[in-house]
Parts: sequence; C-alpha cells; structure tokens
Amino acid sequence: MALLDYLLGQKKQKSASMAKDRLQILLAHERGDRRAPDYLPQMRKEILEVIAKYVTIDQEQLQISIDEANGFEVLELNLVLPDDQKSSS
Amino acid sequence: MSRVIVVTSGKGGVGKTTTSASLSAGLAKKGYKVAVIDFDVGLRNLDLIMGCERRVVYDFVNVVQGEANLKQALIRDKRVENLYILAASQTRDKDALTEEGVGKVIDDLKSEGFDFIVCDSPAGIEKGAQLALYYADEAIVVTNPEVSSVRDSDRILGILQAKSRRAESGDAPISEHLVLTRYNPERVDNGDMLAVDDVVDLLKVPLLGVIPESQQVLNASNAGEPVILDEQADAAQAYMDVVDRFLGEEKEHRFLTTEKKGLFSKFFGK
Repeated sequence: MALLDYLLGQKKQKSASMAKDRLQILLAHERGDRRAPDYLPQMRKEILEVIAKYVTIDQEQLQISIDEANGFEVLELNLVLPDDQKSSS
Repeated sequence: MSRVIVVTSGKGGVGKTTTSASLSAGLAKKGYKVAVIDFDVGLRNLDLIMGCERRVVYDFVNVVQGEANLKQALIRDKRVENLYILAASQTRDKDALTEEGVGKVIDDLKSEGFDFIVCDSPAGIEKGAQLALYYADEAIVVTNPEVSSVRDSDRILGILQAKSRRAESGDAPISEHLVLTRYNPERVDNGDMLAVDDVVDLLKVPLLGVIPESQQVLNASNAGEPVILDEQADAAQAYMDVVDRFLGEEKEHRFLTTEKKGLFSKFFGK
C-alpha cells in the first residue's frame, strides 16, 4: 500500500498540515479582531440594520474590518447578497 | 541591571512551571542571582517542581500584604547557589495580589541585587496571568505543537503587547521568545504533529529553544528537581541551550530530527 501511494503520489492531507491551515486562518482573524477599534461591533450592527431594511441578508454575511494600507486606514465592508435578492431588485 | 522574565502560555499544562524551574536553575548555575516567583495563587506548584514544598513558611501573598518580609519568604535552593524561590499562597483568594504590591516586591528584589526575576505565570488570561506579565522585560512563551496551545499563545502575545507596563508607558516592548515543549520529531516526520517551523511561522516569535518530549521531565518532577540538573537528559541539554541562547550565545537547535528512514522502508511502509 505504501508503495502504491508513493508511486501514485496520492497523499491524504496529514493532520499536522490541517492544523497549520486552520491556525493560519484563525490567527489572522483573531489578530484582526484584536486590532479593531472598540466601536467596530456596534458599527457593524448598525450597518447591518440599515442594509436589512432593504435586503434580506444573513447576519453572518457581513465582513467588516479596519486595515492599514499604504499609510491609509481602510474600512473594508464585504457583503454577499443572496442570489434571489439580486434578481428581484 | 536586573531583568524581569515572565514565563507564560495562556493554556495550562504546557510546561510553564517546568520551564520556569529549569530556566531559573540554569541561570543560577551560570552564576547569576535568580529569584523565581510562583504567581499561581491558590494552585501553587512551583515549590513541588523545585522540591521545596516542605520548606514554605511564608509566601508571596504574605510579602505583598506585609505579613512577612522578603528575606523570610525567599526559600534558598539547596542544590544551586544563588537560586531563591518565592512560593504562591495556597489558601488566599486571587485578589490577594495587586499591581502595586507586586511592583513593590519586584523593586525590592531588584534592590536586593537579583540579576533575574522569573515570574511563573498561572494559566489563563485573567488577573493572575496579567500581573505576572505586567512588569516583564522579557517574555518566554511556552507552547506545545498543538492547535489549542498555539492559539492561546497567540492570545497571550496580544496581551503582552497591549497590557504590560512597557506597553502602557510606551517604553520599548517586551522582548518575546518562544520555547516549544513536548516536541516529538518522529510524529512531526509522520505529519501528525506541527513542526517547529510551522509554529514559528504562525506565532512570528523568535525561537529560543525546542524541548523534546521526554520521560525525564516527568522523572524530574516526580523527584522535585528541575530537569535541567539531570545533565544526561535530552530535555536538560535542550534547556541548557535555552539558557545559553537567552544569555546571547548562538547555538544550533538540537533534538529536532529522528534518524532518516532508508529508501527501503520509505517504499515499503513502516
């Protein structure tokens, strides 16, 4: 079996590399939260309320972050609209 | 000039106390005057790991609250010269320690001529852990190659960067060092354990040392002797390297690999 796997190059992803992948995503996310200003959760909530007046959205679909790029603070909003909403509006 | 070192991790059971004991014994063996303080009020264990549990009369909380002076509470190690232990209190509640009280004890230790003051942090990110790191100049983050430990270490790094005295006063930040413990090269080779490079890559903290998983660590704590004193043990040599590197020596990392498998076993399985 080992020979076959080796020759075919079929390797199941090892658990250590799964651990690394998961941690990379998680830590990036948590570090972002740590840098975020205190008002961010409240602002996120209020923005969601405004959008929800017009479109039905999933609360989880709004990503909001503050980053720094080229010396500017960038507020990034990322919202995925559901498919049916796009066609009806 | 004296340096305050916090040994911290966020997660419990990763080897903070083992590392505190060996680091402080190692520094004292090098001739420095070292005090090691247990910040885990209510769950003290440093005394047990250092083998002085029957000699605790006064503790850290007694000193902070003025019920004993520092000289009465410091326990002199019987094996290594210049090594002193300040035990945590077993009975008091966690609020017994205050920022001012801890600051005063650390200042007193400095004026007593201690070169290194090692603060053994409790697990978690609550008050005890925050007090242990508050006055630190250097931080040793103890991590296991395992997801929850890495995540918690990252969390405690955030606290080191935001809530220490150095962070609050705008001084140079605490210098951070990573000590990876319970490392098993064989499992890393098999892809079942995070490799040291992966952990360094994830946490972005300079690596001070890797301590191999070893029966000798358990033997040492059973016997109440810092593992670094068991000179034949791999873990002791790895800790000695940690001490040397901490003092600025360049040393190659050891105990990271197993013997390479031959071509035959590579092709035909284990």
